[in-house]
Amino acid sequence: MKISIYRFNPDTDKKPYNKVYDVKRTESDTMLLDLLIKIKATDDSLSMRMSCREGVCGSDAMNINGKNGLACVTKIDELKKPIVIRPVPGLPVIRDLVVDMKQFFKHYDSIDPYLKSKKKPPIKERLQSQEDRKKLDGLYECILCGACTTACPSFWWKPDKFVGPAGLLQAYRFLVDSRDDAREERLDNLDDPDRLYRCHNIMNCADVCPKGLSPSKAIAGIKKMQIATKKPKFKTIKKIFHVQESKK
Amino acid sequence: MVKHFEFDSIVVGGGGAGLRTSMQLAAAGERVAVISKVFPTRSHTVAAQGGIAAALANVSDDKWLWHMYDTIKGSDYLGDQDAIEHMCKNAAAAIYELEHMGMPFDRNTDGRIYQRPFGGMTKNFGESSISRTCAVADRTGHAMLHTLYQKNIELKTKFFIEWIGLDLIRDEDGDVLGLIALELQTGDLGIFHAKNTIFATGGAGRIFQASTNAFINTGDGLGMAARANISLEDMEFWQFHPTGILGAGVLVTEGVRGEGGYLINSNRERFMERYAPSAKDLASRDVVSRAITQEVIDGRGVGPNKDGVYLTLSHLGEELINEKLPGIREISIKFANVDPVKDPVPVVPTVHYMMGGIPTTLNGQVRDGVSQKEVNGFYAVGECACVSVHGANRLGSNSLLDLIVFGKAAGQHILDSSKNKKLKKLPKDVTKKTIDRLKKIDSKSSLENPREVGEELRATMQKHCGVFRFPQLLDEGLVKVNELKRRIRNLSIQDNSKVFNTARTEALELQNLIEVALATIASAKNREESRGAHSRADFPKRDDKSWLQHSLYNPKDGSLAYRPVKMKPLSVKSFPLKERVY
Repeated sequence: MKISIYRFNPDTDKKPYNKVYDVKRTESDTMLLDLLIKIKATDDSLSMRMSCREGVCGSDAMNINGKNGLACVTKIDELKKPIVIRPVPGLPVIRDLVVDMKQFFKHYDSIDPYLKSKKKPPIKERLQSQEDRKKLDGLYECILCGACTTACPSFWWKPDKFVGPAGLLQAYRFLVDSRDDAREERLDNLDDPDRLYRCHNIMNCADVCPKGLSPSKAIAGIKKMQIATKKPKFKTIKKIFHVQESKK
Repeated sequence: MVKHFEFDSIVVGGGGAGLRTSMQLAAAGERVAVISKVFPTRSHTVAAQGGIAAALANVSDDKWLWHMYDTIKGSDYLGDQDAIEHMCKNAAAAIYELEHMGMPFDRNTDGRIYQRPFGGMTKNFGESSISRTCAVADRTGHAMLHTLYQKNIELKTKFFIEWIGLDLIRDEDGDVLGLIALELQTGDLGIFHAKNTIFATGGAGRIFQASTNAFINTGDGLGMAARANISLEDMEFWQFHPTGILGAGVLVTEGVRGEGGYLINSNRERFMERYAPSAKDLASRDVVSRAITQEVIDGRGVGPNKDGVYLTLSHLGEELINEKLPGIREISIKFANVDPVKDPVPVVPTVHYMMGGIPTTLNGQVRDGVSQKEVNGFYAVGECACVSVHGANRLGSNSLLDLIVFGKAAGQHILDSSKNKKLKKLPKDVTKKTIDRLKKIDSKSSLENPREVGEELRATMQKHCGVFRFPQLLDEGLVKVNELKRRIRNLSIQDNSKVFNTARTEALELQNLIEVALATIASAKNREESRGAHSRADFPKRDDKSWLQHSLYNPKDGSLAYRPVKMKPLSVKSFPLKERVY
């Protein structure tokens, strides 16, 4: 079976290239990661991240036949051959399939991804209704693999400014948590033409998420909140319209 | 290039235990850094599924004393009763603290934290099963790890991400002064000079072929400790989780059985009724794993090679499965090609957890050698440590609890005891041994391929040190592993580049795995009894007269020493020895 893999080692290569490997698939190779491990056994210079091999740690996001996904939960049978593997787009490549995720995590940190509550908690647990807890489903399960954000054209365009689908999904996770009381502060933090409104519902994020989450829906939720709870800053609205007009 | 850093405390490992420790220190304004070989939320805590135990009594009456009894019995009386009391007594407060931090626990209709039954967790000292395990669907570890990481972001903890620890720095007095680590992105070395070094490096399940563990679980902390001549405790005790997916090894939580799933053999018989008439499928993991192995040996296995059994849960209904076990449905479809809503999942006992580790006090201070004297400046918490709360067999949902209770204890002890502590001077040529080791891996003078030797090691451990242990296999296994150790000294990689060289990382990891494997098989060979997860075919009974003691493996010469089990709890009456039946 032939697999083409993007290779770049800054120590030895002037520029990146694709290397085609011919790998013998056996019965026990079900996931793409199984094949990559086999290739690495013959060429130990191939570099990639991997850990849990079951889709919960988020290490092995890569671009598989043009679409972002996790190698460990991508079935070989479901892939068009020859398989073409590249690092996830939109982030600097450190080496081969390993990208520098600093920018991605900077955006995550910027949304204050932790519960804020001014009230002193009770000695025991805070109560939360099952309905309120349900609001966190589809949000808290994010594994920070970066597949969504690096599939987002708005992020490619403004990677330093647009928070991106993963960061915004987590922002929404805290916005809808009944235990959090910093809604206004959180909305203020995102009331910005670039940080939030760069999202134009392209939906690549939901399409690639290996956990089946929809950042797109969460972002729409944040936008709705911006309008419902507080009026977005005039400047922001003007800027959005300006952008849309100039596009026409 | 060698970079130099100075901190009050360094935490090695960014999983649950490490992040709970760093949180305690960062909140008090200490200069603390977390050094992790993966981004913290990629640590293996993330894979814990079923839950975290605490006697909250949210579903029915419960007491921490009952939890304590269950844990002691679960440990087959090898757990230290003072440590177990400390853990169970502080469990509820630890859960409430996680909730206050924002952990998204499932809820009961009254809004309190949801709890489910788990193996070995009972009410009133073994009377019947109880709901004690607090859960976030079947993603409890993920939710806990992310919450702890988020808390550390709030506290602005300093992180060194994708740095792998290589060696402990120990001076002539035996004091620990920090760590030598390698930055993956640059290939540079770093000296982390610190008053306190806390190991939270996790398990080493990758010494076995079939393992639920992540690739990163390579016992780096144990390897470093062993190279610094620190003894390893109770290394013969490895938990085989009854339900890893046949072939893939991926974990299926005990929570499935907690929610009402059960095991069947090829005759569609609920065989656990024969092995554990009262607790049945919710007996301790060692008991269930032996039962499954016995069924397979007796020819009642399922699957193409008849080497597994079925876990059936379709009777729970799609709604409950989607709500409480959504991850299991996802995993089963992906890795077993089975939708558990319709069909049973083929499973097999799979290595899961290391009960032994670096010996510590209740405060996480490392105890050294036969004297068990505390090592200045050195702590260990979580799976890499042996306090010992899990003894010869850990109860499901006690490991997440262990991480946060003892992570906090270690952090607090550092705050209480090292206020006036001065940073000692580093020994001369502190990096010499490490650099020599790296050079040897890079020199293409030897021919040992890490992949090949690694495969051989895993196959050897799987065959010679499994669910049932046979004297001849143990003898041969020890010889083989010793031979592998000689070969592992001569590992060599083809790729010598500096930037993100994962071949080098894997070779270094293998040098840690071999220390763990050797300690495991030597300790297993020496313990002539069956207790908890250590089941000897030639000594099928527990022998309290000779073996109610912890093993201490000396990595310097491979010898074994023993220390008695602490039967005296902190404040309550001792739980006397009893026959262990479920």
